[in-house]
Amino acid sequence: MRDVAILGIGHSKFGKRTDVNFLELGWEAIKEALEDSGVSQEKIDFVAVSNFGLWSSEPSPVAPLLEYAGLNPTEAIRVEAACASGSAAVKAAYMAVASGSADIALALGIEKMHESGTGDVVELLARIGNYFWEFENFGPTFVGYYALYANRYMHDFGAREEDLAKIAVKNHYYGFYNPKAQFRKKITLEDVMSSPYIAWPLKLYDCSPITDGSAAVILASEDIAKKYTDSPVWIKAIEGATATSNLSKRENFISIPSAIEAAKRAYKKAKIDLEKPYKYIDVAEVHDCFTIAEIIAYEDLGFAKRGEGFKLAREEQTYIGGSIPVNLSGGLKSKGHPIATTGVSMIVELTKQLLQRVEPERQAPINNGLALAHNVGGTGHYVFVSILSLEK
Amino acid sequence: MSEDKKRNDYENLPIILDKKLGVPIWSDVRELKLKYKMPLGKIKGFFTALSEEKILATRCPKCERTFFPPQVDCPYCRINDLDWIEVPKEGILETYTIITIKPTTFQHYEDYVLAIASFENNVKILTWLKIDDKDKIKIGMKVKLTVSKRLPEGYYIYELTP
Ligand SMILES: [Zn+2]
Repeated sequence: MRDVAILGIGHSKFGKRTDVNFLELGWEAIKEALEDSGVSQEKIDFVAVSNFGLWSSEPSPVAPLLEYAGLNPTEAIRVEAACASGSAAVKAAYMAVASGSADIALALGIEKMHESGTGDVVELLARIGNYFWEFENFGPTFVGYYALYANRYMHDFGAREEDLAKIAVKNHYYGFYNPKAQFRKKITLEDVMSSPYIAWPLKLYDCSPITDGSAAVILASEDIAKKYTDSPVWIKAIEGATATSNLSKRENFISIPSAIEAAKRAYKKAKIDLEKPYKYIDVAEVHDCFTIAEIIAYEDLGFAKRGEGFKLAREEQTYIGGSIPVNLSGGLKSKGHPIATTGVSMIVELTKQLLQRVEPERQAPINNGLALAHNVGGTGHYVFVSILSLEK
Repeated sequence: MSEDKKRNDYENLPIILDKKLGVPIWSDVRELKLKYKMPLGKIKGFFTALSEEKILATRCPKCERTFFPPQVDCPYCRINDLDWIEVPKEGILETYTIITIKPTTFQHYEDYVLAIASFENNVKILTWLKIDDKDKIKIGMKVKLTVSKRLPEGYYIYELTP
């Protein structure tokens, strides 16, 4: 297998993007990635597109996107892994380059959720999981699923709603400085605590929003990368794992087994100590679709012991200057969560962090040159953990 | 350009203006209604037992794994036609939430308690918990698995009660 470098990145503004259509939105990220890398369309050997779709009108989005972006007749596929679809697209592009099948590959994540009404989007998200046995008769929602985790987690470890709220406050704090974020507004603990319940104990401000957005990365093999850039960022690992579709079949409701497994695989591949990964990693983007998800991520990734993730939030250890800065992009909570774009967006953000190209207020100190992305599909149905590095 | 002029521009077109940005949006003239038909033939025993107020799981005669939701195949032993067993009526509440913001197709129900309970034989079930006083719900409490009529549709489905 060949080493794989990130050659260029592109990222649209996230938000309610009724100012552009689906194809224009996709092109925003592709164009930026082409310009950032200096690669022209005909040099790209392979394209992987992630788009959950259903709420947007193009049922087979790859063809219209490639046509609009001048990418025909490049080989292309679409991948789907719920909210981890973006990482699945990066993995597909990574595999194409690593295997030698392609020299240059592009991964595009795109989602246009505002083509449908809120109720329908809530419904389509809720259908992720096991449609017949869980959705059809009992109408869980996506936030409802995570509320089942939040309730049990709080019960077992004595965490409080205020601890969850601190995650939202932190992520909004950093999102304020991210020009691509959907919500550029700092919030207070009181704002979160006084917001209405969506699925008890989770409130409106514990939830990521409905978002339109696109993100793209261009990957290349080592010899090609060297022709284009002096400062490539390397994908040291992008490892996935899965867990049961029925939430009822999980061992417990305090951890995501697929996240633990994906992290183990990624740390092993990147040669990072499983015991104290936070000593190696300069900055992480974790999947905070709901505040509880970020706290459980701390534990599944080994940033905190089981049952102590909420203490990292309480002690503000995941701000810059703490034990490990997390979600300096604003996270899904404030940057926004365009379902199949999120995984690609995380890779874009961490590439910029490692190259020290983000706004100064939210730039992590880069000491070891390692960054981690944790991208969860559904309620852990699919998880990818990626490690990026400044060194090959 | 004034609001009135904008409206005139799109007369006789299926175009609406975004409330915030005022940008034109094509409002689809094609509307699709999706309603899936999901075969149940191999697990019909589960549904015939429901009318006798029984909740069934399947068990592999070889490795003795229990499956809920019931499935007729054991992927580990690669045998089919697993045995049907009844799920015990008494279980323990593992976790719950109250769904306030509901999906489109659940809007007509009152806020419901979504819960997961555990039973003997390593079975856990996600369903609704029917309880008058939601403040009395406690993780770890005993719950009963029952069959009741889902209204207003009027079909039988399993749920939990205190
Ligand atoms: Zn078996």
